[in-house]
Amino acid sequence: MRVIVPISVGGWARLFTRWELLAILLILGLLAFLAEASRHLLQPLAELQQQPLSLDPAYLPEYAARTTLRMLIAMGVSLLFTFTYATLAAKNKQAERLLVPLLDILQSVPILGFISITVVFFMALAPGRVLGAEFAAIFAIFTSQAWNMAFSFYQSLRTVPAELVEASRSFRLSPWMNFWRVDVPFAMPQLIWNMMMSMSGSWFFVVASEAISVGNTTVTLPGVGSYIALAIAQRDLAAVGYAIGTMLVVILIYDQVLFRPLVAWADRFRFEQEAGDLPPRSWVLDVLRRSRLVDRLTRPFSVLWARSMRARWFDRGEAYKQAARDEGGWAPLILNGAVIALGAVALWQVVRFATTGVSLADVGTTFLLGLATLSRVVVLIAVASCIWVPVGVWVGTRPRAANLVQPVAQFLAAFPANLLFPIVVSAIVALKLNADIWLSPLMILGTQWYILFNVIAGAAAIPAELRAVGANFRVRGWLWWRRIALPAVLPYYVTGAITASGGSWNAAIVAEVASWGDEKLEAIGLGAYIARQTEAGDFHRIVLGIAVMSLFVVLVNRTFWRPLYRYAERKFRLG
Amino acid sequence: MSAALLDIHDLRQTFPRADGGELLVLDGIDFKLAQGQMVGLLGRTGSGKSTLLRLIAGLLPPSAGTITYLGQKVVAPAPGIAMVFQSFALFPWLTVLENVQLGLEALALPEAEIRQRALAAIDLIGLDGYESAYPRELSGGMRQRVGFARALVVHPNILLMDEPFSALDVLTAETLRTDFLDLWGDGKLPIKGVILVTHNIEEAVLMCDRILLFSTNPGRIISEIAVDLKQPRNRLDPQFRDLVEKIYVAMTARTQRSARTVAMSIDAILPRVSANTISGLLETLAGEPYKGKADLPVIADESSLEVDELFAIGDALQMLHLAEVEGGDIRLTEIGKQFVEAGTDDRKKIFQRQLLAYVPLAAHIRRILQERANHVAPKSRFFDELEDHMSTDDAEETLRSVTAWARYAEAFAYDDDSQTFSLENPT
Repeated sequence: MRVIVPISVGGWARLFTRWELLAILLILGLLAFLAEASRHLLQPLAELQQQPLSLDPAYLPEYAARTTLRMLIAMGVSLLFTFTYATLAAKNKQAERLLVPLLDILQSVPILGFISITVVFFMALAPGRVLGAEFAAIFAIFTSQAWNMAFSFYQSLRTVPAELVEASRSFRLSPWMNFWRVDVPFAMPQLIWNMMMSMSGSWFFVVASEAISVGNTTVTLPGVGSYIALAIAQRDLAAVGYAIGTMLVVILIYDQVLFRPLVAWADRFRFEQEAGDLPPRSWVLDVLRRSRLVDRLTRPFSVLWARSMRARWFDRGEAYKQAARDEGGWAPLILNGAVIALGAVALWQVVRFATTGVSLADVGTTFLLGLATLSRVVVLIAVASCIWVPVGVWVGTRPRAANLVQPVAQFLAAFPANLLFPIVVSAIVALKLNADIWLSPLMILGTQWYILFNVIAGAAAIPAELRAVGANFRVRGWLWWRRIALPAVLPYYVTGAITASGGSWNAAIVAEVASWGDEKLEAIGLGAYIARQTEAGDFHRIVLGIAVMSLFVVLVNRTFWRPLYRYAERKFRLG
Repeated sequence: MSAALLDIHDLRQTFPRADGGELLVLDGIDFKLAQGQMVGLLGRTGSGKSTLLRLIAGLLPPSAGTITYLGQKVVAPAPGIAMVFQSFALFPWLTVLENVQLGLEALALPEAEIRQRALAAIDLIGLDGYESAYPRELSGGMRQRVGFARALVVHPNILLMDEPFSALDVLTAETLRTDFLDLWGDGKLPIKGVILVTHNIEEAVLMCDRILLFSTNPGRIISEIAVDLKQPRNRLDPQFRDLVEKIYVAMTARTQRSARTVAMSIDAILPRVSANTISGLLETLAGEPYKGKADLPVIADESSLEVDELFAIGDALQMLHLAEVEGGDIRLTEIGKQFVEAGTDDRKKIFQRQLLAYVPLAAHIRRILQERANHVAPKSRFFDELEDHMSTDDAEETLRSVTAWARYAEAFAYDDDSQTFSLENPT
């Protein structure tokens, strides 16, 4: 499996380019605008009627269905976003310069932090209240799914083999046909892998987005997430158990009904032409393929689809126009003008926002808190690496074990940290432990698995010959790790660790504050700061917290992960 | 006879260079393709012949000059010009049938016609029974047959072939060539003219009616050879051999001049030839039956080297003054003979002497290293220097070649981790 790094590791030597600074400004500006707008909208929503939620497990199937639907809709929107945004970025050089840095920064913004802002914003936008809340939840889930999918799609579009592009052009495929026959199939395996990651990751946000309190406003949508929140608030251990069971079932259904068929179906889009391992199979896909009923039902659509391929949607013969457009004309001027105007508006928003609600002391405080969270992330990643790299190598070099462990790791990656609050909080209180230390493991609970399954993939990819050489020269013990195993998995490890590190920052917002009924523990850190400001409904400080956290994430990526990734890629990439 | 199918006039192609200058790839290209002709574009790597094919296909806009196809200027991929690719360029997610149908679907033809024409093309090219196979299930030869069927099914007037047989093994390539020539000779192909790009001299003589020889850096047409032999042609026919020899002479005459003159300056593009290959060819030359002098076509055949590789080795040997290439022959020099007779250590000494004397870039790097107090210099220093004179790829390639030679000669060392050159070897 070709693994794409979840951050941009492209060829810039400098820490930030002009375009990246602009991207940061635009995102901060948008946040400031949303927060400002939301603050004024907060009041009329205060009397939102709470829908009674029941902890009776009989309601769980309905809740699960609603949660599933939300995640599916969000996935649909994410795909739409991916196909448009990434395509624009890959095909239009002017747009690419802004869109790619924008995506890179967006990936670093802690989503959990701005859920509060978007929830209030969307609820005020929609006329019906429940609909508004639904929009907000779907939007939150969307933001947790879309960025890495778009990024992977963009990377794939950039790497479509030159000869396929030439073949497509010389046979004069229309842009529409080229997109569906060349671009999408080529990107498909990688995109599906990222969809699976996104789906896993978004469980975390389901819990956070279905039940949220901002200031005096409380939004509760019926779903598994709000069920969990209520179970924790009411200290109902049995209900927590039911919720875990339900999640397990839903994840299994997703796997069997959605992803396994997709993976099996996408196997033919693998570009490596040699027949590799056994092709993945799926009983659902087999049923769909063999069923006459399905065939009859889908026939009209497939005929229409085929016809759309042949239709002349656009003028082709666009060969040189593209080149001409890049060099001059009005388009770049207009685009640059628009970008400058947007940047100015964003700057104005940020300045206005910053000068009203936050003092310099606040900024200093958040930076110090950021350092506290940073040290936690560093220690946690180090500890997790020490545990999971050896385990991953052990599992990866044994195909049977790998087949067993992979799905388990994927399930665990979907496991929201909130579900462990009961145990952790009770334990900390009972044993009188230091919350600053013992709440931290919750941060990495969901994200450490990315390290594990990337290392497994890396170890599985060590060529049999290299392992045979090791055995032949009786390279064993520490020497084997130092000379064979660790170098071979390093590029994979770094890829996993980048995801884990980014995710841990995000999780800090949930994990640095944990509650179980009335008992509430808080660790010192930026995550707790953002959570506290959210509860207080202080939008200025929420935005400040998010901005500082994003800055930390971006800086760590730029100064540490990116160079490490390049080094590993250059020196240790096999084949 | 009607007007030319294709008329290329004073074509010139440049690519932008890193320092803002321009790199000239093709210059003053002028030729016509008549109905019923197969024209071969023959040249070494870097002669721009593949670029020329892409210009004709409308995939690239030319920097200057015109390409006229049936009286119309080519400004985009034209209907009626189809291409067969070296690497097949099949879509792995489409079956054989779907791959073949692709070009017809793009023409927005009715479904029934698409199917009927695709099946006919599959039948013609000998792919019956493979319709539902995916490319990854096929052998290289079968894949390229799909490539041919896909190009022929759109009934192009001109078929462009970009080294279509070079990715195949010798036997498969020969079968495909023969099958193609049979179909072409019998007039069964729905095409009116063919342009074949190749670096295989025998292939060009075997297939083409006219051969255009290209020089390298920049690509210019240096000579045009008409092949009047009747099809099917026999490789062992003396006339065939004469033509092959003649082309070798024409191509080496060029090589000799360029290798000598160019090697005098620091910015010469160095051929990517390992010291092992150099020793290997020198030893072969020195031994029986050549005794220091060999006919290039013969040695190419015997050592099963591609012409391209052989010329590259010849360039390297000439640069280092270890051998001379002239009139289709290659001959050991005095130093070349000494090299062959010497043991490992002495060979390295001879190689170092030749390298520092005749490859200015090597001498330049060593001098800089000696001048510096710590005897260390970053790679980027030399890379930037080279990039002012050649493309980024060539600069990278040239530095790699000089590094490989210097390592063998123990002239200087290179550390890839720190990307630095130094005078010290690890002790």
